[in-house]
Amino acid sequence: MPLIIATVAMIMSDLNLNCAVPLNYERIVMAHGGGGRLMQQLLENSIHPVFNNPILNQKHDSAVFNMNGAKCAFTTDSYVIKPLFFPGGDIGKLAVCGTLNDLAMSGAKPLYLSCSLIIEEGYPIAELECILKSMQKTAELAGVLIVTGDTKVVENGKGDGVFINTAGIGLIESNIDVNPANIQVGDCILINSDLARHGIAVMLEREGLNFEHNIESDCADLSGIVQDLIHAGLEIHCLRDLTRGGLASGLIELASTRRCHIEIDEDAIPMNDEVKSACEILGFDPLYIANEGAFVIFVPEKQVDYALTILHQHPLGRQAMQIGRVKSTHPLGLVTVQTVMGISRVVELLSGEQLPRIC
Amino acid sequence: MKYLDEFRDPATAKKLVSAIASVTTQPWNIMEVCGGQTHSIIKYGIDQLLPEGINLIHGPGCPVCVTPLEYIDKALAIAQLQGVIFCSFGDMLRIPGSQCDLLGLKAQGADIRIVYSPLDALTLAQQNTNKQIVFFSVGFETTAPATALVAYQARQLQLNNISLLVCHVRVPPVIEALLDSPDNQVQGFLGAGHVCSIMGYREYLPLAEQFRSPIVITGFEPVDILLGLYRCIRQLEEGRFQVENAYSRVVKEQGNLPAQQLMESVFDITDRNWRGLGLIERGGLSLKDEYSNWNAELRFSVSDIYTQEPSECHSGEVLKGLIKPAQCPEFGGRCTPERPLGATMVSSEGACAAYYRYRRYDHV
Repeated sequence: MPLIIATVAMIMSDLNLNCAVPLNYERIVMAHGGGGRLMQQLLENSIHPVFNNPILNQKHDSAVFNMNGAKCAFTTDSYVIKPLFFPGGDIGKLAVCGTLNDLAMSGAKPLYLSCSLIIEEGYPIAELECILKSMQKTAELAGVLIVTGDTKVVENGKGDGVFINTAGIGLIESNIDVNPANIQVGDCILINSDLARHGIAVMLEREGLNFEHNIESDCADLSGIVQDLIHAGLEIHCLRDLTRGGLASGLIELASTRRCHIEIDEDAIPMNDEVKSACEILGFDPLYIANEGAFVIFVPEKQVDYALTILHQHPLGRQAMQIGRVKSTHPLGLVTVQTVMGISRVVELLSGEQLPRIC
Repeated sequence: MKYLDEFRDPATAKKLVSAIASVTTQPWNIMEVCGGQTHSIIKYGIDQLLPEGINLIHGPGCPVCVTPLEYIDKALAIAQLQGVIFCSFGDMLRIPGSQCDLLGLKAQGADIRIVYSPLDALTLAQQNTNKQIVFFSVGFETTAPATALVAYQARQLQLNNISLLVCHVRVPPVIEALLDSPDNQVQGFLGAGHVCSIMGYREYLPLAEQFRSPIVITGFEPVDILLGLYRCIRQLEEGRFQVENAYSRVVKEQGNLPAQQLMESVFDITDRNWRGLGLIERGGLSLKDEYSNWNAELRFSVSDIYTQEPSECHSGEVLKGLIKPAQCPEFGGRCTPERPLGATMVSSEGACAAYYRYRRYDHV
């Protein structure tokens, strides 16, 4: 106590609350990684201008380019999650699925992955091996090989157990072009499964909230179901997995890239009852919660029934539904949702992370 | 989902909308007090279903929005001290103080944590005996009992490394202040269901009588809000001004008596500044003298921080219903959720933030 009072006295004596952080944030805050508007600003203002090139500017889940006549997709992602083991998965499974899914969303068949580990001093090797085995099992099921990697160890307290970076490369059949630029007015938007399971499962585990629940992350490799759609000969205009920032952020990004007005139907969005309850209690909007096994598919209206038939045949597509459509072009890009009351409202990017409400 | 889907049922809502249309013969200004109700109204577009002339005024019932700037500055002063673990509800972390917010301070290394219940702060205190745990407790009568429980238990356990920065506020005095104000526009109220689940609704009886203004207690789902509006408009049309309970599945007349007793044993009623509205007599709660050992303002000597509200924020006029958020000259321009001039643009329950998030395309 005396020590603290002394510190108080020192600060109070020249009380000018001299925080160096103004509200437009000169330093990184957590929300810069939250998938909302602050992250978009960071990308647009600090990252894209530096690396600026035509492939990066595709703004797709993977970079797509030709190499020696082959059409390749290349992507990378870093995985930072607390807890490392959660209902429905672990950081290893997540690190493989996430990168496979980014490749799949460009229509690629994933082939090879890398695995870079940043491990904190003191982390149990037995647990690390569990994570690695989980990675290998997920890769095997997807038919890909983890062919290169790197290992670094950081001092105790400088990491959160294990951070994983994976990069992946895949091949796209030459006649396939799945790209936000192909979204057309009139396209219908389908979703493969229910929303928000991953984010809620992880949060309930991390925060130790005493809900009785059976909610598991939807963490899954989507490359198989995407290959089924491609091989069925569907005319797929665009695919997007709904990770950080959820369905809302994914659609807003597409609408603003393609300058179109997307309308979704609130009532049509599949939701698990337990997830819905957790969102209600915490004051979270499921449209913005992260998923790791949910994606949207843009197809022409005439192909909706066929696409749903294909989706329903796959274990990850049993709940597939049409949830919206591309209504028109729009100068800035707009997403609206038709509420259950029959009124349409705008869906905006969140500023940063969703924070639990007071009451 | 039971207890939820039936209160979002479009068919029931449609019936209520027609019922409202059939009883309405003239314009009325009705204030929903609670920010949760404001959020629902804007999110579902309920105001767009009402007959022309039914004007909903979004009241001062967002606890984050009405917490005065000086308390945010007190919070920032304490949170930046070494050896302090500062905790609060999630919404509070983004509220701008005079010069920064708690999230910005956290980015500089301050130990600031989101808790889901005030009791989590007690656990933190037991787990971190070499740290000072400070809980920033804000909110209406809804959250005050949990804060009271923390103070009570801290005293029982003689936990000396926890203290509370208390800025709780009370609903009835602000309703009285609004009705008593010379520029008052409000003719009827939707009362806040959660607050009344704790306090009951007897406190509102004299207000309805004195100011000849109906008060209908209701919930937060579209059907609840529409039912509340129907009963409020019916009273206005019939020239009645009573307190009605349209949320009886949750609210009882006497409220939650053990919670009230606990609050009375820990808190005194006090005058309190409300952000945007100024001093509201008997508008707040503070720790009783016997709890002064757990009062963070005293422990960290921040009682003397007084901060003037910036004049450019018009949230006071929004909270009184004099203007709609989009009528503020700064709305969406100099004032956005990323760079808010005032708290009503920050919290998801704030009227300006709700308009920005759900209605902005109407104005661009």
